[in-house]
Parts: sequence; C-alpha cells; structure tokens
Amino acid sequence: MIKKLKENKFLFEELVKRDFKKKYTRTVLGVVWSLLSPLLQLLVMSLVFKEFFGRNTPHYTIYLFCGTLVFNYFKEATKGGMTALVSNASIFTKVNVPKYLFLFSKNIQALINFLLTLIIFAIFLAFDKIVPTWRFVLLIYPIACLIVFNIGVGMVLSAMNVFFRDIAYLYDIFCMLLSYLSAIFYNIDRFDEKVQIFFMLNPMYCYISYFREIVINASVPGPYHHAACAVYAIVILLIGAWTYRHYNQKFLYYL
Amino acid sequence: MSIIQAKGVSIRYITGDFKDIGLKEYVIKKITRKYKVKEFWADKDITFSLEQGDMLGIIGSNGAGKSTLLKAVSGIMIPTKGHMECHGSIAALLELTSGFDKDLTVKENTYLRGAMLGYTREFMDEKYKEIIEFAELEEFEDRAYKQLSSGMKSRLAFSIACLVKPDIIILDEVLSVGDGAFRKKSGNKMKEILDTGVTGIIVSHSISQIREMCNKVLWLDHGNQIAFTDEVMLYCDAYEEFLLTKKLPKTKEDIFKLAQGHDERLEKERLEKQLKEQKRLEKVLESGTSEAAIDAAINVLRKNRPELLNADLISGDK
Repeated sequence: MIKKLKENKFLFEELVKRDFKKKYTRTVLGVVWSLLSPLLQLLVMSLVFKEFFGRNTPHYTIYLFCGTLVFNYFKEATKGGMTALVSNASIFTKVNVPKYLFLFSKNIQALINFLLTLIIFAIFLAFDKIVPTWRFVLLIYPIACLIVFNIGVGMVLSAMNVFFRDIAYLYDIFCMLLSYLSAIFYNIDRFDEKVQIFFMLNPMYCYISYFREIVINASVPGPYHHAACAVYAIVILLIGAWTYRHYNQKFLYYL
Repeated sequence: MSIIQAKGVSIRYITGDFKDIGLKEYVIKKITRKYKVKEFWADKDITFSLEQGDMLGIIGSNGAGKSTLLKAVSGIMIPTKGHMECHGSIAALLELTSGFDKDLTVKENTYLRGAMLGYTREFMDEKYKEIIEFAELEEFEDRAYKQLSSGMKSRLAFSIACLVKPDIIILDEVLSVGDGAFRKKSGNKMKEILDTGVTGIIVSHSISQIREMCNKVLWLDHGNQIAFTDEVMLYCDAYEEFLLTKKLPKTKEDIFKLAQGHDERLEKERLEKQLKEQKRLEKVLESGTSEAAIDAAINVLRKNRPELLNADLISGDK
C-alpha cells in the first residue's frame, strides 16, 4: 500500500488541491467562513447553556469548545468522506486508481480545518487564563486516534453511500443523536457512577473527555482511556479497510 | 510471450432494482422478500491473446460487452471467471471527456488528468505548454472547464491523452474528436503513436477504421465471442453484412456466406449506382437544349458509335 501511495503521490496532491480549491477559493468568505461558523455555534451554545449546565463546570466555554472542536472535526471529516466515492465515480470507473485516495483527500480537507480551529482554541485558552503545561503535547495522541477513526468511519460511510442513497439523511440524524450523547454541553457528573461508564462506550466521548482532561484538569487520562481511544480507531479502520477490499469490485455495479 | 492474454474471461454484472434505493427501502424489501438481484453476464468466456505490435479491433453492436472487456484489460474490473494477464504499462483512453471537474480551470484540469493517467509532475510541467498548444486552447488556460465548448473539451482531453508512451494503448471510440481540421491533426498524432510498435486495442463503430488499422479482430455479440481472428477483411465483410441481415454466423461457412453476401451486395450497389448515373446522364442529354448538350452527345457518339456519324445528316456538322 505504501508503494501504491508513492506511485500515486502526484494524483493525491492534485486531488487535495482540487478539493481545497473547490471548497475555498470560489466562495466569498473562503477559509474565514469555515472558522466563523464553529465560533458562532460556540457563542450561541455558551450563551444558552451556561445558565443551565455551566454552573458547576469550571471554564465552561473551554469545556464546550473541547466538545464542539472534536465533534465538528468528526462530523466534517465523515460527512465529507461519505461522498468521496459517489462524487468521484466518473474517475475510478474509467481509470484504475486506488479508491481510498479520494477519501484521504477529503479527510485532509477536514484536518486542515480542524488544525485552524485548534489555533483559535489556543487563543481562547489564553483568554481563559489556562496556562499550557507539558501535557498539552499528549493531545497529539487523541488527534492521531481521531484521524484514524475518521478515516475508518469515512470508509464505511462512503461505501454505504454507494449502495444506499439515503445514507446522508440517516447519518445527519445519527450525528445529531450522537452529539447529544457525547456530553458536549453538559457534565456527566450528574449521572450515577455506573451510568458514567457507559459514556466511555461512545468513541466521541472518549476523545472529547481526553481533551478536557488534559486542557482543563491538567492531568493525564488513565491507561484504560488511552486503550479505548486506540481500540475504537483501529477497529473501525479495520472494518473500513475490509469494506473497501470486499466491495472494491461491487462499487462498479452501482455507479 | 504474449503482451495481453485473456483466458476464458467472463464478467458478471448484477442488475435489478437495487440501484438508487435507500437503506430503509432495502431493509423493508429484505424483510418482505421482495429484494431481487439478477445476474447478467456482460462477457462470456472470452479468449484472445495479443503479441507485441498487434492492433486488435473489437467489433460488435451496442451491449456486446466491448467496454466491459476493456475495463477488464485496463484493470478497473477483475474478471468473475477466467483470467486476464497484461504485461507492460497500460493507457486506457475511455470516454475522454468524463472525469474532468467542471469548476476547475483548464490548467488545473490538465494537471489532474495527467495525474490520473499516471504521469509525473515533472513530466506535466515539461509538457503542459505542448498540450495547450496542441489543443489550441492558449487563450482559455485560466477559464473554468465548464465554459469550454464541447469540441474544446474533447480537444483538451485528446491532447492530454495522446502524450502517453505506453506499452499497451486502449482506445474506446476516441479516434474522432473535434472539427475537421483537428480531426485530421488528431488522426495523424494517433497514427504516430500507433506506429511506435505499441500494442493496442481499438473499439470503434467505424468499420473502415478497423480495416485500416487493425491486424486482428475480436467479434462480440451479447457477451459471446463470435470470432477472434487475423482475417480482418473477411470478418469485417461478414460483420457489415451481419449488421444488415442480423443473422448471427455459427460456423466458418456462415462467415464465408456473409462475406460473400457482402461482396455481392457491394457489387450490386456498384452496378445500381452505375445504372443510376447512366440514366441521369441520358436525361441530361435528352432534356438538353443548349449547344453544349448536343456537342456532348456528338462526342459520345464519336467515341462509342462512330458509324452513326457517317450518316449525311450530321456529317456536315464538322
């Protein structure tokens, strides 16, 4: 696979460029808009929810930002990835190229956006007088897991999108429900101890709480937390890779 | 060693009402057992082999499985049964204008297409100018692709594609693009490439093109292999006759019969044409009132029936 990637490096670069240009250069606000919209979301949520959920949570805005930051990246990467196959069908039904290149390209889009938002996140931290510690370096770990996780989910979704045309709608609903379950704007301390464990079954909650642990509590999450982050990412990537391998030929029948 | 070898290649498609259905619909159909998928063999047991420098023409009416077979050769599809072996780099020029991005500029699309065809960036940097010049699109470099006319689009596609120096070239209905002048230019360019000893496969509905360029012919009909042969002329004759009579040949004899029928038909057509021309001329002569018509008539007589001119009536005409 590495060899194939090298062979297709030029194509991959061109695909990334294409996706980037299509997304940004031909809209009025361009990159600014993709930063502005999560900030607006953050503003509204923090205004509304601070009264209800923010009383017992220190640094509530940062708490909220951790949630939206991670979740928005997940949502953008997977929703973009979902269309990777269908929108590039005219290419890979004519030319023999590895299909995952299209997905990777979409994921890079979302990753760039995520990293830009991360800069704004840092500015917010400064405003909230949170002093960075050496532990901040550990954030690379959940980000790496998240990248792998998003690619895995994107593979599964893009394959399903070929077979079923209503996946986009269903996935929107799924995302909304998942966001409610990911404790983005509330604190799970209110729940019973036993119930709290169930939250760890949600990969998104895993990644979000890792961020909060490091940024707000300035402590390193436990080994189980680390393991969970990696396991989720690897399992979903394996499922995705299997899907691509198994359906590689079948995609052609549907497009 | 053969460059391309296909042994008993069969390719199955599935059809049915599974396309464009949603997940919800799928689940309900599965539960009510209404979900049905039909199998459909686009190609059945195709066997052929090509040596270095061979040029294969694939003939067959629509839906014969030509394009599917090309997809198998180029590696996009893997045969359901049998196997396909190709040695060397392949450039498949299938449906040239699809796969461009309508929002990108001509330049961006050129690079993207180059990347798809497996060129390197250095190669594209070097050749970019040549491509644009060949496509005659110098003034449109920074225009969006969607603003081009369809002729320009195919010119661009062809110009990028014909840079290839592959071992195997696959051409699916791409030999005729653009307007008259460009068509000539592209035809020459294509011949130049084909003359380098490349092994090629051509799908074309123009039989005269196949006759001109190919030394082997593969005849497909509804996925079945009718023939793989190097008697190009004979089989092209038979195929053209088949297109009219719709009688599928089963044996070699049938082929000869078809080819014979084709020759007879051509001969008949030729005679008919001659007769028609003759009649037309006669008519011109008959209805001609001017001196020219009379002169022409006399000339004809002088040539064919000089004895008539000896009659006194017209001898003084000299």
